[in-house]
Amino acid sequence: MLRYIGWRVLMMIPTIFVISVVSFVVIQLPPGDFLTSYVAGITARGETIDDATVESLRNAYGLGQPIYIQYIKWITGVLHGDFGQSFTWRVSVSSLIWDRVWLTILVSLVTLLFTWVVAFPIGIYSAVRQYSILDYVFTFIGFIGVAVPGFLLALVLMVVAFAQFNMSVGGLFSPDFVDAPWSWERMVDLLKHIWIPVIVLGLSGTASLIRIMRANLLDELHKPYVVTARLKGQSEFKLLLRYPVRAALNPFVSTLGWTLPQLVSGSTIVAVVLSLPLTGPMMLQALLAQDMYLAGSFILILSVLTVIGTLVSDILLAWLDPRIRLDRVG
Amino acid sequence: MFTVTLDEVTGPRPGGSAPVEKEAQLFVASQWQLMWWRFSQHKVAMLSGVLVFLIYMVALFAEFLAPSLPDVVSSTYLYAPPQTLHLFDTDNGLRFAPHVFGYKSVIDPQAGRRTFTLDPTQRIAVGFFVKGEEYKLFGLIPATRRLLGPIEADQPMYLLGADRLGRDMLSRLIYGTRVSMSIGLLGVAISLVLGVLLGGISGYYGGAVDNAIQRVIEFLRSIPTIPLWMGLAAALPMNWPPLRIYFGITIIISLIGWTGLARVVRGRFLAMREEEFVMAAELDGASEMRVILRYMAPSFISHIIASTTLAIPAMILSETSLSFLGLGLRPPVVSWGVLLKDAQSVRAVLQAPWQLWPAAAVVISVIALNFLGDGLRDAADPYTH
Repeated sequence: MLRYIGWRVLMMIPTIFVISVVSFVVIQLPPGDFLTSYVAGITARGETIDDATVESLRNAYGLGQPIYIQYIKWITGVLHGDFGQSFTWRVSVSSLIWDRVWLTILVSLVTLLFTWVVAFPIGIYSAVRQYSILDYVFTFIGFIGVAVPGFLLALVLMVVAFAQFNMSVGGLFSPDFVDAPWSWERMVDLLKHIWIPVIVLGLSGTASLIRIMRANLLDELHKPYVVTARLKGQSEFKLLLRYPVRAALNPFVSTLGWTLPQLVSGSTIVAVVLSLPLTGPMMLQALLAQDMYLAGSFILILSVLTVIGTLVSDILLAWLDPRIRLDRVG
Repeated sequence: MFTVTLDEVTGPRPGGSAPVEKEAQLFVASQWQLMWWRFSQHKVAMLSGVLVFLIYMVALFAEFLAPSLPDVVSSTYLYAPPQTLHLFDTDNGLRFAPHVFGYKSVIDPQAGRRTFTLDPTQRIAVGFFVKGEEYKLFGLIPATRRLLGPIEADQPMYLLGADRLGRDMLSRLIYGTRVSMSIGLLGVAISLVLGVLLGGISGYYGGAVDNAIQRVIEFLRSIPTIPLWMGLAAALPMNWPPLRIYFGITIIISLIGWTGLARVVRGRFLAMREEEFVMAAELDGASEMRVILRYMAPSFISHIIASTTLAIPAMILSETSLSFLGLGLRPPVVSWGVLLKDAQSVRAVLQAPWQLWPAAAVVISVIALNFLGDGLRDAADPYTH
């Protein structure tokens, strides 16, 4: 097991290196170097910036030097927690992003939990009562969940909530708590608001997980060991939970690897519609204003975090299923 | 080896011939025939297939079907509500006289703008195959007749309402169909080339090459796509012509989207490499190319078609999301995502709910393509149950 974990962590290093290169490329993509546009922006606002500051910034980012030196300077800074400057906000990137990153992680994890809690019983029910009315209802909801993109669902939900109940559903906090420091009340306030984005984000994942659970369990239910257990007089409920459900559970862990990137991906755009204080809206603004260090840092951090999430899910899976750890390292 | 009867595959047919004959028919049926039988049993998939075909027809004949050009603005009819098309006149007996009701405008002092209500006393005659402004069918053939339009060209006809510049929503939706659906096709075509090439190499050669390609796929699948797409799309220069932006966006979407197809192809290649008939062909001295094209391709091409169909909806949704955020296609190009950008806030939707029609178009085409793909996937392997 330790050997598998070691091997898997080692495999992560090249991935993270490639992610950092891709993020750096995105930062470099807009034409012209950012310092010129930075200075132009400041002078356009009627402020002045002295040449010495410009020169020190130029040195700090290695502008004018070969591209790989610029990359090394940037990545060294990142490893020390310095993600560069945000030019629209005129503060360091690291002072802007972490709140939003943690909230994004929180929303993604709660959504994941929601997906599991909902999909597990429904998946079992749909398999055991195949072709029942409720099974058809869940199938239908499932197809809607797959076909309706999250941001449309969010939009429709907001419109209905506003038009029918005269209620505003955007945001993660009540106005009183937006800038308040963390406290018990703020936590409670967050929990009051978090369920809408969680449902919106979780619907498509729940839908596909129900389908997978249902299909897997249907395969198991007709296997001889189930028939044997039934003939031996095992109660239907025990019989179901003891073996077939356990065997069908694998997808819950094995799909974690790709649900996590999808959740983070989906939250980006849903957060824009619902104006949640997550990474999405700030990243969008940064991209539209070509504030590239801010935007690139989001890409870097979100990608690295999902890769770590995938690592955790792989280790969990290997722990649950010995075939995997033996097969991979073998 | 297999002992299915036609009944098991296609279900009993009323007044069919004797079972023996059916069985014989089944044994001589080609692979494609079997697939068709299996597919035609899946009623929802059949229906979806027809729907997808119709949607692509709308995309193809957009100029003829749209009542007007997508960018004709009207300073009078801003946010005009949808009219209903009445086919018959019932005043003096039933008579075929297609018409829509005209508009009555009221200045809303509170909102400080003009609002419209339908006025049943005004009738605007509408005709089929009416002459209008000149357009080029498929961008090539000059023509003037359209399927439907007001007989007097300056009369308003907004069957799905008008947007904030008084442009006809229906026409924009129809033109948007062309852009959105073709991005799906084009994007899938690019992903298919990448997926088949890299997946095929990966599965056929195995070993180090396979390992390298698998790492790339794992990498692409482990990062959240929308932030990366946003970053790349935002880098497309603002001054590019619309057509180049269109191709740029398509390429960005498919550069990340090919991994799913590559996985399917690789899986098929791996499974098939072990089959006896492939080994027999190799022992016979058939060249590598011939083994792949003549022996292996026919047995997995149906799977590829099914996976390709299932990949189109994801492409359409990606384009819609990017354009919705303002990072994808930009006006004057009209796509479903570009249209939905106008309906971004609750206020905009409440003011003119008909701006959500493109959302319905997205959902319907995605559902139809998903069902069609499901049906094709089930049919792709007609020998299993």
